[in-house]
Amino acid sequence: MTPTVVLPVVIGGLYAAGIYLLLDRSLTRVLLGFLLLGNATNLLLLSTGGVAGLAPILGLGEPGELSDPLPQALILTAIVITFGVSAFLLAVIYRSWRLVRQEVVGVDEEDRRVAAGRRTDADDLDPDDLAPEDRPAGHGDHLGRDLSDAQVERLLDQRFAGIASDDVELPSTQGGPR
Amino acid sequence: MTFLLVLHLLAALGAPLLVRWWGRQAFLGLALVPAAACGWVLAQLGAVTGGDDVRETTSWVPVLGLDVALRLDALALTLAALVTGVGALVLVYCARYFAPDEEGTGRFAACLTAFAGSMLLLVLADDVFLLYVAWELTTVFSFLLIGGAGNRLAGRRAAGQALVLTTAGGLAMLVGLVLISDASGTHLLSELVADPGDGTAMVVGTLLVLVGAITKSAMVPFHFWLPAAMEAPTPVSAYLHAAAMVKAGIYLVARLAPGLSDVPGWRPVVLGLGLTTMLVGGYRALRQCDLKLLLAFGTVSQLGFLMVLVGSGSRELASAGLVMTVAHALFKSTLFLTVGVIDHATGVRDLRQLSGLGRRLPAVAVIGTLAAASMAGLPPLLGFIGKEAALTALWNGGLPDRTAALLVLAGLVAGSALTVAYSARFVWGAFARKPGLPAASPEVAHAPDSLFLAAPAVLAVLGLVAGPAGPLLDHLVAGYADTLPLIAPEAEHLALWHGVQPALGLSALSLLGGAALFAVRGRVFALQQRLSSRVSADESYWNVLQGLDRLAVLTTGTTQRGSLPAYLGTILVVVLALPGSVLVFRAPWPGEWRAWDSPVQALVGVVVLIAAGLAIRIRQRLSAVLVVGVTGYGLGVLFALQGAPDLALTQFLVETLTLVTFVLVLRKLPKDITERHRPRERVVRGLLAGSMGLLMAGVGAVALASRTATPVSVDYPAEAYEFGGGKNIVNVTLVDIRAWDTLGEISLLVVAATGVASLVFLRRRTGAVQRAGADHPGAGAEPAARAPRRRWLTASATLAPHRRSVVLEVVTRVLFHTIVVFSLYLLFSGHNGPGGGFAGGLVAGLALVLRYLAGGRYELAEAAPVDPGVLLGVGLLFAGGTGAVGLAVGAEVLQTAILPVLGDVKLVTSLFFDVGVYLIVVGLVLDVLRSLGAELDRADDEGDPIDLNPGEVVLR
Repeated sequence: MTPTVVLPVVIGGLYAAGIYLLLDRSLTRVLLGFLLLGNATNLLLLSTGGVAGLAPILGLGEPGELSDPLPQALILTAIVITFGVSAFLLAVIYRSWRLVRQEVVGVDEEDRRVAAGRRTDADDLDPDDLAPEDRPAGHGDHLGRDLSDAQVERLLDQRFAGIASDDVELPSTQGGPR
Repeated sequence: MTFLLVLHLLAALGAPLLVRWWGRQAFLGLALVPAAACGWVLAQLGAVTGGDDVRETTSWVPVLGLDVALRLDALALTLAALVTGVGALVLVYCARYFAPDEEGTGRFAACLTAFAGSMLLLVLADDVFLLYVAWELTTVFSFLLIGGAGNRLAGRRAAGQALVLTTAGGLAMLVGLVLISDASGTHLLSELVADPGDGTAMVVGTLLVLVGAITKSAMVPFHFWLPAAMEAPTPVSAYLHAAAMVKAGIYLVARLAPGLSDVPGWRPVVLGLGLTTMLVGGYRALRQCDLKLLLAFGTVSQLGFLMVLVGSGSRELASAGLVMTVAHALFKSTLFLTVGVIDHATGVRDLRQLSGLGRRLPAVAVIGTLAAASMAGLPPLLGFIGKEAALTALWNGGLPDRTAALLVLAGLVAGSALTVAYSARFVWGAFARKPGLPAASPEVAHAPDSLFLAAPAVLAVLGLVAGPAGPLLDHLVAGYADTLPLIAPEAEHLALWHGVQPALGLSALSLLGGAALFAVRGRVFALQQRLSSRVSADESYWNVLQGLDRLAVLTTGTTQRGSLPAYLGTILVVVLALPGSVLVFRAPWPGEWRAWDSPVQALVGVVVLIAAGLAIRIRQRLSAVLVVGVTGYGLGVLFALQGAPDLALTQFLVETLTLVTFVLVLRKLPKDITERHRPRERVVRGLLAGSMGLLMAGVGAVALASRTATPVSVDYPAEAYEFGGGKNIVNVTLVDIRAWDTLGEISLLVVAATGVASLVFLRRRTGAVQRAGADHPGAGAEPAARAPRRRWLTASATLAPHRRSVVLEVVTRVLFHTIVVFSLYLLFSGHNGPGGGFAGGLVAGLALVLRYLAGGRYELAEAAPVDPGVLLGVGLLFAGGTGAVGLAVGAEVLQTAILPVLGDVKLVTSLFFDVGVYLIVVGLVLDVLRSLGAELDRADDEGDPIDLNPGEVVLR
């Protein structure tokens, strides 16, 4: 099947314009780029269906003369979905404008902070930094049910001063914060 | 067997409800389910010991060849009886363990029952992948049970640790299962064991499966999750971490041993790790002061023991292993339950604080001592029989390698001595009077009632009875053990008394050694303290996790620079480099070209290109939107020229709607778009965009020529009429041939519509539908809550005079009904002519747009006084319901039926699907109008500033 010159050129032009706009920081232009990309993709799908034919409706012609119905079905839903998604993007633009008087794709502060190496939220998993009752391994969860943790600790400290309990489990009996 | 599993599932689902009705007594009802399962399993005893396996196969995923293949043989029966029996008793125990109105009991009951079901599935599964599913189910429920309600950090961490370790092992196991079932050519365990494959894949696969087993059964070096899991309530410890879940690894090794124990690497791994675990666990148990932790390390130790026995691959050791598995489940859950009773009664589990409890709770003391004696291997309890059998077997050379057998024997005797010592430490710690402590410390606040003691008592007595009755177990155990080769000269039978023989001496030796260790416990404790190092597997685990975290931060920091254009640019460069080079070097470029299909096509193409070029240049918002609209309309014309009337219709409608939506929002935004890019950036963007344009143009050009197969759509015309009953092939494709796709797409529309509304209404999902009422101008003297019905388009009176348009109002009056009727026409005629649910819905949406533009926001509410969410939901129900109804009457999902109505008139069921699509599209348009139109109007009219309350967060 011989392709036409017109359709690839139009497809290429729409993609180029769409991508140029998509790379902008203004959300409105991003959305316009998204619409152009949608149009370009729909046209690309259509052009893969082959040469133009009659409308794919039985009775209008012999099955051989009809155009390919499959890309058309794909495009049809794509058109409506593009509408739904652009409405959503418009709502994003409006909300962004209403709340912060801006409609730009901002720089992700979180990413920047991580990239800068300031580990504010990198990890707090070092068990040594945690209070004994938060240590990972199983300490007695019902030990001294009627007493507060601090009371239990004091009690144990008095009774077993100087004796280490097992590695990680029971509250510290060595006195003082760990 | 399937019905037992379904029963568990139903019980788990109903458990929260039962707990709400009956409080903690609901556990007694739930216990009936595993009890019934236990009864059924035991009823099969005769058949199974007779050599007949009970099998059941239900088709599950036929495409993948997956079946729910269940099999009850001697091994499965033993484990199933344990799992269900102990499960029932633990549930009974729960009925007293929890306070009458403790929070979260319903959730706990559901998880525990579901766990019992998963565990039963695990031991019954004959298909390796079903086994894997059950394996991971037990992991998940264990996570939920350890973590509890998730309000305690230690619990969450212990749960997370257990989950990470066992899931990691589980994944390794999955890979291993795939490898060995592939190498053996079957994924049924029974066939796999009977006829295992060979080769490297088999060896690697087997080792990977073992990784799963050793993590699940808490072998060194992954043992530490089990003590940490003692965060869970005691019934969970007794059931999951003593009787059931940790036995999964033992079960798997026992299941595979008949076929795989001769695979290179099996014996070193299983015996080495098992023995190490037994010694490490016993050693660590000796220095625990928390009774539960003492038992936990004891469990680790015993699991090592079991692993050695069942993994050895000889008949005599395997039979000892199975007896020991039963014995361990009985005595260890008893001990945990006993600790639970003590904890419940006194609130203390620390053996340094308990004193003289034996006198005050004699029943508990008897039960606990009985179980501990079984653990220590004292005659005449079941633990003794198991240990005797193991020692005898090894003495007689129960392993192919004589030296290994002696080494293992020495290790087992040492491990048994440790076991005796910590059993004694347990009994002494829990019940004895200790010097230096008050005789009755601490107070017994709640004496346990008989139901609370029932479960541990039954389990302890079973361990006692099963000892003398050991020979009766012989048949069952032999049913499994006979699948393994006998290495010793003759098979020993299970019995209490074998006469004076070496194993008895070894037993006595371990008892004496244990007693000695216990006698000098003070010095042992001090020595252990001195030897204890800061390095532990647990610390290493957290260090590894920390390292991972750091690595993640590093990776994120290097790759994520926080700029969307930069990310997009990276993606585009990759696209250019990879598919681009394929296109340049490998693509079948067409030999000849046509200029165009028709001159009109070329003309429209030029218009579209010019509009696209303008869209880049224009900085005025509205104009930019208009030129993009031009490309859309141009596309519509191209569709029409290509022979796609449905597309052209839809494209025109959508383009119009998009324009209206844009205008609704743009009125709130400044006129021009600010330029934020430096010229250099624009050049880079231009280069990227230009190259991508070239690439995609090339793709468009070669797409036709690179076709190698006949398109699927060749048969569509015939199928459309024959099965879909329609002449419009595109529409039939949408509602029938590819209806699943459409269902997904309309779901997406629902999500988008919901998203629009959620973004615009700052604080809530929906606004009430505001209709023109008495308190609004325009309603005049009418006291009714809504606009008078006699006049039409009355709400336009609510608009300020300068915003009204007489022409638009007149046109709306004339056209609105016509448009709505037309939209319905499109909906119904779409099956045979251009139209359909999408086009019809869009036309109806446009009618609403007209009403809104002419009459303002109150008129919109008058035109469609429904919540758009209702339209969306009903639409989805219609579309999905069509599929479900088809399924209910025995057809395929979303299959179309053609029903004769009257003469030539037929009803095609896919019409209902199309109605759903229609409703959803109308709902979408209405949601957009209501949010971006009416709500913005309201904010305008009422000046609605965003006053955030202190502490309120609005996401932006």
